[in-house]
Amino acid sequence: MNGRIHPGINLRAGDQQPTTEGVMFGFWVFMMSDAVLFALLFAVYASLSGNTADGPDARQVFKLAPAALETGTLLLSSFTFGLASLAMKYRQSMAWLQGMLAATLGLGVIFLGLEIHDFMDMARQGALPQVSGFLSAFFALVPTHFLHVAFGCVWIVVVMLQLRVFGLTHTTRTRLLRLGLFWHFLDIVWVMLFSFVFLRGLL
Amino acid sequence: MGIEASVSPWLGKLSLSALPTDSVVAMGAALIAVLGALGMAGYITWKGKWRYLWREWFTSVDHKRIGIMYVVLALVMLARAVIEALVMRLQQADAVNQSGFISAEHFGQLFSTHGSIMIFFMAMPFLTGIINYVMPLQIGARDVSFPTLNSISLALTAAGAALVMISLILAPFSTGGWSGYAPFTELSFSPGVGVDYWIWAVTLGSIGSTLTGINFAVTLYKQRAPGMDLMRMPLFCWTALCTSILMIFAMPALTVATALLALDRYLGMHFFTNDGGGNMMLYANLFWLFGHPEVYIVVLPSFGVFSELFSTFSAKQLYGYTSLVIATLTIAVLSFTVWLHHFFTMGQSAHINAVFGIATMLIGIPTGVKIYDWIFTMFRGQVRFPTPLLWGLAFLVTFVIGGLTGILLAIPPVDFLVHNTTFLVAHFHNMLIPGTLFGMIAAYQFWFPKAFGFRLEERWGKLAFGCWVVGFYLAFMPLYVLGLEGMPRRSAQVFDPSLRPWLLVAAGGAVLITLGLAALVLQLAVSIRHRDRNRVPVGDPWDGRSLEWACSAPPPEYNFARIPQVDARDAFWAMKQSGTAYMPPPRYDAIALPQSSAIGPVLGGLALAAAFGLVWHIWWMAGLGVLGSIGAVIVWTFVPRPERTLSAEQVARTEARWYAAIAEATPASRDAEHATSNRGLAQGGA
Ligand code: HEM
Ligand SMILES: [Cu+2]
Repeated sequence: MNGRIHPGINLRAGDQQPTTEGVMFGFWVFMMSDAVLFALLFAVYASLSGNTADGPDARQVFKLAPAALETGTLLLSSFTFGLASLAMKYRQSMAWLQGMLAATLGLGVIFLGLEIHDFMDMARQGALPQVSGFLSAFFALVPTHFLHVAFGCVWIVVVMLQLRVFGLTHTTRTRLLRLGLFWHFLDIVWVMLFSFVFLRGLL
Repeated sequence: MGIEASVSPWLGKLSLSALPTDSVVAMGAALIAVLGALGMAGYITWKGKWRYLWREWFTSVDHKRIGIMYVVLALVMLARAVIEALVMRLQQADAVNQSGFISAEHFGQLFSTHGSIMIFFMAMPFLTGIINYVMPLQIGARDVSFPTLNSISLALTAAGAALVMISLILAPFSTGGWSGYAPFTELSFSPGVGVDYWIWAVTLGSIGSTLTGINFAVTLYKQRAPGMDLMRMPLFCWTALCTSILMIFAMPALTVATALLALDRYLGMHFFTNDGGGNMMLYANLFWLFGHPEVYIVVLPSFGVFSELFSTFSAKQLYGYTSLVIATLTIAVLSFTVWLHHFFTMGQSAHINAVFGIATMLIGIPTGVKIYDWIFTMFRGQVRFPTPLLWGLAFLVTFVIGGLTGILLAIPPVDFLVHNTTFLVAHFHNMLIPGTLFGMIAAYQFWFPKAFGFRLEERWGKLAFGCWVVGFYLAFMPLYVLGLEGMPRRSAQVFDPSLRPWLLVAAGGAVLITLGLAALVLQLAVSIRHRDRNRVPVGDPWDGRSLEWACSAPPPEYNFARIPQVDARDAFWAMKQSGTAYMPPPRYDAIALPQSSAIGPVLGGLALAAAFGLVWHIWWMAGLGVLGSIGAVIVWTFVPRPERTLSAEQVARTEARWYAAIAEATPASRDAEHATSNRGLAQGGA
């Protein structure tokens, strides 16, 4: 009712849909709460990252190349999602929209695969979460992001199915809009992870 | 009590040894819980009301019904926790130089369930229920922003409460207190399932509260009636907003603390362990990063309630509205800056202690502002003293005393002397009972006629009030003395006979409080019996000032046939003054309402299964609960949810009944509020 309209909502010219405003705002607030969760896990990691308890430390177990590759994959997936959002708003082509969502999903799954590979690699070197406070904190922080991405992938599948079943309705549009926010948010969190966990650990 | 019981694939660690057969008191409590539940279920079956309950209540997404269900949950849990408090008080009075009638282990469970229930399953549901009921009406809205999410939050909270109830029968519960401090709650010191009960109950509650906070904040930002600027909101809405914001930002800290503790316990990680690079201070920081804001989460809504009460029952605008708003915001912000005062004695430097001590004392300033504002609101008003206001007055005096002892505790050297003694117990009860519970009881007495269409009996209300207040002073003032004498908190036995007289007084106070609770129950029963003579169908029995009084009692499910236009603070009062209250709109429109939904109760049930499975290591059940929840949500997003539409004629019919009641009623003067002639049309409006 009050205030301005969320920028993504005018999905088509003249289509202001003020009722959607509350839904989008609510999702932003949810993401703020989620961001606090990540911030706290970062703080936990920061305070425990020196507690290696005779186990391996960051320099021994982190590898820059895979982490950089993961960053690239996730950034690219944000880009493809952006194309999907534009398709929803301007192109109005269902095939292109579904294609871009599928590309995002594919990149997301690749990202998950790369990360699983990393985790296994660490496990092979004996860097298990039970070894030290440092590794516990690492395996709380990074896999929380991993779970979020996995959840996002399931969500993409659900939305793709719903687009097939219901088409581009008001409901599916706003779901797509929220999914987009979520996906870009995960990208931002990853960039933080990359900088504060991997880069800082390796420097 | 099957701590090292063998693990079976079907039942996990669960076996018959979980029944609390080794203690008469615990067995008795378990029996009462089982018989109570069975009796309730039997009664509902006998009356044939399951279908009605399911369709009209459990699956309802109407904020008013959800609010009422929250309050019912809170009252049930209050009863259990007060009885536990009584048992603890009797034990300590009995156990002077002897072991008393319950074991130390059982005592540990009692203060853990008592504290956890009072905070997470009494105070939180109570205030959430009251906000749910009142706030959308006060801002002139039809419902909260996310009605179905509201029902899910309730179901998650109820699942957490149910888990604590189950722990009464399939024992034991944690002995780690409501704060669950590591490393005591780590596997090496607490190998049983007790801590796991605590972890999952609290986690369910905190997820429910996070979602509630989001829902309320968005509602307050986006659903206000036209003309209701932020600075025209009733103060209760302001406190609801600040509480919601605190929930959004503070609850994640609790979720992180319990989740990491669970990782330590289930997967052998090292967050808070003594060895392996863990750091238990991390737990204390995370917990109190939530825990301190939490005490303002539970106290701010009461501040809102009292603001409404003082202004309504003084027939005056709230004195210093702006300063009250600023004070509320200040308290909300400051609440995040003081958490370290909970561990002054745990080894940080004197400088840090000084900073946090001063930060803590700063909160006294906005709180003091509020106290003066409330007093000045009554000054030269036409003050009446019905029960709700009495609770307010008791709050005013008692809360100041509690605040003063808080300032004492904020001085680190003093804290070194009395922390972990009953002085602290006295202090926080001195804040929580008047500050939270009295406020919620007052809210219940104040808005009851709005919710159910009839007033509560005054006489029983005053009796309950007397028992609670006198009982409170008797039960907690001795604890200040005991604390200064050095009696530790959380101790099952006492070894200094000179403490006994104080303990006996405190036990007497606890008995009185229990009687006060009984009087509240009787008040409800008597009022239901005599509801016909107390009916207030028109809806404004107290000459109210804000919009919730502008509709019938109980309100129609759509709240307002026409969303009101707001032109002033105290919106309804202004309408009454200008003669525009009770003016039928020129025509009625159809109203779209959300469909009820089973997703809330379904998710609640699945969450309970997951939590119970996790507690007892019944992995199939835990998996079923988690995957089932995800599946249920996905399926639910595919189910089309057409809105239910009330036609204009239906609305017109409902409203016509109300206007007929208005026409029939004679306006009641303020002094005749409790006369049977008061049908809910106040003189101010006539
Ligand atoms: C109704 C009257 C009440 C009585 C008689 C009472 C009594 C007690 C007692 C005997 C203890 C244990 C102290 C010890 O271990 O030495 C306790 C602890 C506690 N109470 Fe209450 N209480 C009451 C109401 C409340 C309320 C309304 C709240 C909160 C809203 C509350 C919150 C707590 C908490 C958080 C603890 C700390 C538990 C722990 O040590 O972990 N109590 N209370
Ligand atoms: Cu505090």
